[in-house]
Amino acid sequence: MSIIGGSGYTGGELLRLALSHPRLEVRQVTSERLDGQFVHFTHANLRKRTPLKFVRADAVEECDLLFLGLPHGSAMGRIDQLSTLADRIVDLSADFRLRNAADYDRWYGAPHASPAWLDRFVYGLPELHRQELASAKYVSGVGCNATATTLAIWPLAAAGLIDTARGVICEVKVGSSEGGAASADSTHHPERAGVMRSFAPTGHRHTAEVLQALRLKNVVTDVHLSATAVDNVRGVLATAHVFVKPGTAEKDVWKAYREAYTQEPFVRIVKERTGLYRYPEPKILSGSNYADVGFEMDPTTGRVVALCAIDNLMKGAAGTAVQCANIMMGWDETLGLDFPGLHPI
Amino acid sequence: MAIPTATGQAQCPECLADVTLTNVMQNEITQCPGCGAELEITSLEPLTLALAPQEEEDWGE
Repeated sequence: MSIIGGSGYTGGELLRLALSHPRLEVRQVTSERLDGQFVHFTHANLRKRTPLKFVRADAVEECDLLFLGLPHGSAMGRIDQLSTLADRIVDLSADFRLRNAADYDRWYGAPHASPAWLDRFVYGLPELHRQELASAKYVSGVGCNATATTLAIWPLAAAGLIDTARGVICEVKVGSSEGGAASADSTHHPERAGVMRSFAPTGHRHTAEVLQALRLKNVVTDVHLSATAVDNVRGVLATAHVFVKPGTAEKDVWKAYREAYTQEPFVRIVKERTGLYRYPEPKILSGSNYADVGFEMDPTTGRVVALCAIDNLMKGAAGTAVQCANIMMGWDETLGLDFPGLHPI
Repeated sequence: MAIPTATGQAQCPECLADVTLTNVMQNEITQCPGCGAELEITSLEPLTLALAPQEEEDWGE
């Protein structure tokens, strides 16, 4: 396998996972800017783990599996050429996440460069698309905030419990690594440290993925997503407010979550009466591919507060990408993803 | 005479998780691995669980 676009945070995380994966052999990793440099000078946690150096994308040779870690908008115009390099591709960007080309105009502000390719990609969230992934050749990445939101509310949608007339409101609190490896004036440490910065109160692009996911269950409702940056490097906590249909009891909600996630290897239901972390908490998920999901219900109003915590670079990006690759290759989908996180951290 | 015990699975009445029980006795208190609720074995055949009443906890008095 090779990685085109391996100098960013998701590329580095993907490389970390691939180097420890029992079935993957990393052949090439690209960066135009860092061509010729050892990858461990950029991804310092990989010192003594690999002698690889970055190469330019035009030096990439054919391989069995190609991961794309390019910035959004970079792969869509080159997909015809990229697809000649490998039979199977996992693209971590947003370029092939949405099925409807018009959604790119609306949510990404520009038309899609290769709309004919959209139907050839499967949306890379195994909890929703495992069966299609098993026979897919092209898999899209997932938005980290979309993943957290979708996994939080998916059981309610699948069970038909959502009162669609009232919409879904979701607040996501996110760490700074969501912003990528490039810096800006606003991410300068004196400006960024300690913030609780509302950066997308409305119009967050990942809303499109959540709406698309809900449509799989014929749930058509408004989704109001707001994002707030907090003082963590990794992590997303989605707090979704969903009104359920009249007559829904907490037992029905429990049943919905059990049915959706009992068999899922990377989704854990966290709603506990005891212990130190009684609801989902991103802190203990750093580096792991788990999504911790929980809820609380207000029986007097029918409001369910649905929660999901993930590591944005793992279940929200590279971890899910490897999970999808495992499924696509016919391997155990947990291969290379067994790290449970650290405690304390 | 041996005290009757049972082994098998029962469902947590709180969170619907499957709880595996091994050689448990009637009225024994166990904990749900899913939600952490304190549960009482209220029947051995069939194995049945109920939320353990808080007021019946032993406070050491």
